[in-house]
Amino acid sequence: MNHHQATAAGGEPAAGPDDIAALHDVDYSIDGKVIFRGIRIGIRRGDVTAIMGPSGTGKTTLLRLLTGQLRADAGRVVVDGLDVARLGRRELYALRRRMGMLFQNGALLTDLDVFENVAFPLREHARLPERIVRNLVLTKLHAVGLRGAAHLQPQQLSGGMGRRVALARAIVMDPQILLYDEPFAGLDPISMGVVMRLIRSLNDALGISSIVVTHDVREISQIADMSYILSDGQVVASGTPRELHDHPSPIVHQFMEGLADGPVSFHYPAPDLREQLLDRTGAT
Amino acid sequence: MGLLADLLANARGFLERVGAMTRFFGQLLWLSPGALLRFRLIVEQIYNAGALSLVIIMTCGLFVGMVLGLQGHDLLQRFGSEDSLGTGAALALLKELGPVITALLFAGRAGTALASELGLMRATDQLSAMEIMAVDPMRRVVVPRFLGGAISMPLLTAVFIMVGLFGVQLVGVQLLGVDQGQFWSQMRGAVELDDIREGLIKGVVFGIACSLIAVYEGYNAQPTAEGVGRATTRTVVISAVVTLVLDYILTALML
Amino acid sequence: MRQSRAIDVSTGLFVLLGFAAILFLVTQITNREFSLRSDSYRLQAQFENVGGLKAGAPVSMAGVTIGRVESIGYDMSLFKAVATLRIDARYDQIPNDSDASILTAGLLGGQYIGITPGGSDESFKDGDRVEFVQDAIVLENLISKYLFSQAGNKDTAGDNAPAAQE
Repeated sequence: MNHHQATAAGGEPAAGPDDIAALHDVDYSIDGKVIFRGIRIGIRRGDVTAIMGPSGTGKTTLLRLLTGQLRADAGRVVVDGLDVARLGRRELYALRRRMGMLFQNGALLTDLDVFENVAFPLREHARLPERIVRNLVLTKLHAVGLRGAAHLQPQQLSGGMGRRVALARAIVMDPQILLYDEPFAGLDPISMGVVMRLIRSLNDALGISSIVVTHDVREISQIADMSYILSDGQVVASGTPRELHDHPSPIVHQFMEGLADGPVSFHYPAPDLREQLLDRTGAT
Repeated sequence: MGLLADLLANARGFLERVGAMTRFFGQLLWLSPGALLRFRLIVEQIYNAGALSLVIIMTCGLFVGMVLGLQGHDLLQRFGSEDSLGTGAALALLKELGPVITALLFAGRAGTALASELGLMRATDQLSAMEIMAVDPMRRVVVPRFLGGAISMPLLTAVFIMVGLFGVQLVGVQLLGVDQGQFWSQMRGAVELDDIREGLIKGVVFGIACSLIAVYEGYNAQPTAEGVGRATTRTVVISAVVTLVLDYILTALML
Repeated sequence: MRQSRAIDVSTGLFVLLGFAAILFLVTQITNREFSLRSDSYRLQAQFENVGGLKAGAPVSMAGVTIGRVESIGYDMSLFKAVATLRIDARYDQIPNDSDASILTAGLLGGQYIGITPGGSDESFKDGDRVEFVQDAIVLENLISKYLFSQAGNKDTAGDNAPAAQE
């Protein structure tokens, strides 16, 4: 199923023609701090693609580059054949209508109930008869298992439920690409299982492509077709979960196994312990 | 020299903010005509900023009027002109107390509500989510709030003044025995349409200013809990200062 | 949707209240005179001294306001102040020998023009000039008049000549 090969640490596969989205040699810095340097990622159509890495490697920034909320300093960000940076406002908004995004905290609108939240994109973009809106909303809520919660307020939902409603909202316009920002963060095991299952089944049932940014290795490994591991603004490894599991690179290994120490050091840089305790270095 | 450097940095920061807020204001004005088409949203915001502020405005208006009656009567009595209580109170309320106090109360109640709502939306990624759903948060959320506030303020000012006059009358006529006929006729003789116009213009200008500050601070709040809190505090402080400065400028222009 | 209907009603009430307040202010606390511009005619009056009279001051007869001072100018050839009065068209039967005096409202109040009717059968028409005028009483002149008259009494003690007139 996979045409990309796992590579040794530091190499990246070239983006293929089947890609629905890709980053070509993208640089991005903010406030002088370099987030990405010449990064190359290809998202294959129809895949669930995972973007993983230690905290702070800019995984969320990547999603924002794909949606056009941030602009790359160099390189090209291509989505569905379009160079995102070149799009005018109207075209960008048209592209965004074909994408859906699930935020870490759901980002439901607090002054609307569940039903209205899911209906929101429909109401804003299409003038549909109320009956059709109702059917669409209830169908999507059913797909995530929350049809009965249609009249609750967002404040009344648990974290997992809120996220599922946000997912229903993200798919209500039948997007081609779904972006997930840390979908498993802070969930109990049951909810995590539910979300995992939904990501995979929606991807296959709706024929879409999913990009999941996460650091929950165990969960995503069960459903991803292809994974990228980022570190220091570069792709350090990519491949199927199986391939990454057997990967020789020490940082990939530390990440996949969740080891406390390795290339990402346990200790924050500090003077020698003995010296400091004996008060010889002059540091505090 | 550190102090000087700090001052210069502050001045530069201040200029930046003024510039940013002006640009923001320009965007709001540009989008306003379009937003009026989504009347529903504006109605909700007029409710949010105006109707919900009525109680506090009317209560404070009543008491300000009553105090004005007490103080005014005491003051005028020293010159034997208690009959002019109506005139003095009406002019004070119309031209100064009404618009200014209403603006300060508005900033405290409605301004903070607007700022914290927008700040919260910013902090919980709701604004970002809207952008990704291809809905412009400025049009959908910010401009209606701005217009709701700007429309509510002059109306609240008028209500404040009306209730205030009632308060003056309550204390002056019912309590302290000023002649009712004199009270109203002296007022009618001295108050011009121009004075009312002045008060309402102030109400409109203050409304635009306070609403602008509130939505700006909220929209640009840092997306954290402290950020929202700070935005709310700033809204009140900046609104108060700007209102009083504008008050002087408008008064000077209109006199 | 019940919630939104309640909001609509409340907002409507609020807006109505606001406009009612404005209406109240406009009608109840100002003079019911609106602009006299529509139905009015002009009269002119020339004064040696207008004192503290300002444009916009009322013109009244028997204490009732019948018009306003529209403007006050200075005529270089006549060396007099010229006041233009706008009189409400309802009062179109003012005898054309009436006199216009500059009076003061109360002890320290603003100045206004009071018209005392004469006996003529003809009335003022638009553009007429008021012949008989009385200037504003300027306090300094009054005082010096008094001082002069006192001085006159002292100097011409025993003399029956009347005090020098200004």
